[in-house]
Amino acid sequence: MSTLEILFYALSAFAVISAAMVLISKNPIHSVLWLILVFFAISGHYILLNAQFLAIVNIIVYAGAIMVLFLFVIMLMNVKSDNEPQKKLFTKFIGVLSGGSLLTLLIALVKQTVQLEGKEVMMKEGTIGLIHPLGKALFSDYVVPFEISSVLFLSAMVGAVIIGKK
Amino acid sequence: MTILALDWGFIIEKLIMIAIIVFASLGIALYTTFGERKVAAILQDRPGPSRAGPFGLLQPLADGLKLIMKEEIIPNAANKWLFILGPGLAMTASLMSCAVIPWGSAVDVFGRHVELQIADVNIGILYVFAVVSMGVYGIMIGGWASNNKFSLMSALRAASQAISYELAMGLALIALLMTTGTLSLKTIVEQQVQGHWWNVVYQPLGFLIFFITAMAECNRTPFDLPEAENELNFGYHQEYSSMKLGFYLFAEYINMIMSSAIMACMYFGGYDLPFFNEASVAPNIAALIGVGTLLIKIVLFIFLFMWIRWTIPRFRYDQLMGLGWKTLIPLALFNMLLTGAVILAKL
Repeated sequence: MSTLEILFYALSAFAVISAAMVLISKNPIHSVLWLILVFFAISGHYILLNAQFLAIVNIIVYAGAIMVLFLFVIMLMNVKSDNEPQKKLFTKFIGVLSGGSLLTLLIALVKQTVQLEGKEVMMKEGTIGLIHPLGKALFSDYVVPFEISSVLFLSAMVGAVIIGKK
Repeated sequence: MTILALDWGFIIEKLIMIAIIVFASLGIALYTTFGERKVAAILQDRPGPSRAGPFGLLQPLADGLKLIMKEEIIPNAANKWLFILGPGLAMTASLMSCAVIPWGSAVDVFGRHVELQIADVNIGILYVFAVVSMGVYGIMIGGWASNNKFSLMSALRAASQAISYELAMGLALIALLMTTGTLSLKTIVEQQVQGHWWNVVYQPLGFLIFFITAMAECNRTPFDLPEAENELNFGYHQEYSSMKLGFYLFAEYINMIMSSAIMACMYFGGYDLPFFNEASVAPNIAALIGVGTLLIKIVLFIFLFMWIRWTIPRFRYDQLMGLGWKTLIPLALFNMLLTGAVILAKL
């Protein structure tokens, strides 16, 4: 095995175990902390794919901002494991079933994509995840969707401010 | 085994450098606490610590020893693992940012060309920003795990303060990297070494915003709302004792050193000594002069931090939020638009 493969498998195991711990943990705060570790593992995968910019933005946005807010809300509401309502077995079963079918659907889609057939993952090479190619692609080929999504964010922000003022 | 096909010399070189930088940071942080007490004493017209050793120079060692010898207390109602994790995380996050700081130009040791930087990643500034946003977890987790309402209030304050000031900090950084065109701290410093002016000349407003937000991210007075003792007793480290408390207090000083180093690199030329041609002396000596220059700049920034701490009283919480959202963010946006307009006009 090359160093790259060892890193890949170690990171994957790390990600899967942390993701499982998010579900297993009874305490919501523990779940959030495990979820942060999942984001770190995914950022590690981005770095293996030579997408440093995506890796660090993933950490800044998800681990650094969104998860802080998650933690903030959970701490503020003081959710504890013992007073959390326990779901019925039937509800749990339905949840597993719907989640599993979504997973099957996604795997089937990825397997059938024509563009991915016979391609290998570009480890340590490829430049699309670096800041210059990514910026060029966003502001030339994909400028309309990019601007529309930024308007969407702006409207969400204005909406949040208005709701907060009430 | 291909795993052994690594450049072991490179790994050893980096390990030695990490060890030197971590221990040097801890040592400097130790003496920064002493510096803080001395600066406070001078500003308040009193002698300050003067008993342990000549001029009180052994005082930080005595303080450190005292902290280690104290009894470790973990409250019964606390969440044990997270209670221990909190100070560790605070310390790790504050030490992590030293990885991308260029401490000097390259030196030649035993025939090896050694860059005085642990990792020259091409996203250096964003890396620093990510580490800064990680820093709040130590406080939040410690405050929550203590199972004390004052600590919890303090953790919530720390989170909202960190998020509010990160926005303005990010906007100030964007304006800086519009002028430099690169995210690598090494390249930014080299541009300033070769160019005529330091970045602070091009980005004075950006520097001011960055400085204020850095102070807020380090939880320094006037922004130390998470440990406002007249409202929250001690805040997030209320329940901590011994070296766990020491880690929290130390992390603040290391944060201060690291943010001073980053400000020196981004706005004040890093290891660039003004009016001095580095090419006129041997490379190794030039590198040493560079390291010394950067250290002097760091000390000056730390002094500025302390000067402000012992001059300006703490903000009220609504003033803190008002300053962040209603003053700094619009100012940073204005700075960004201005920078963009100037760059467009120059094209």
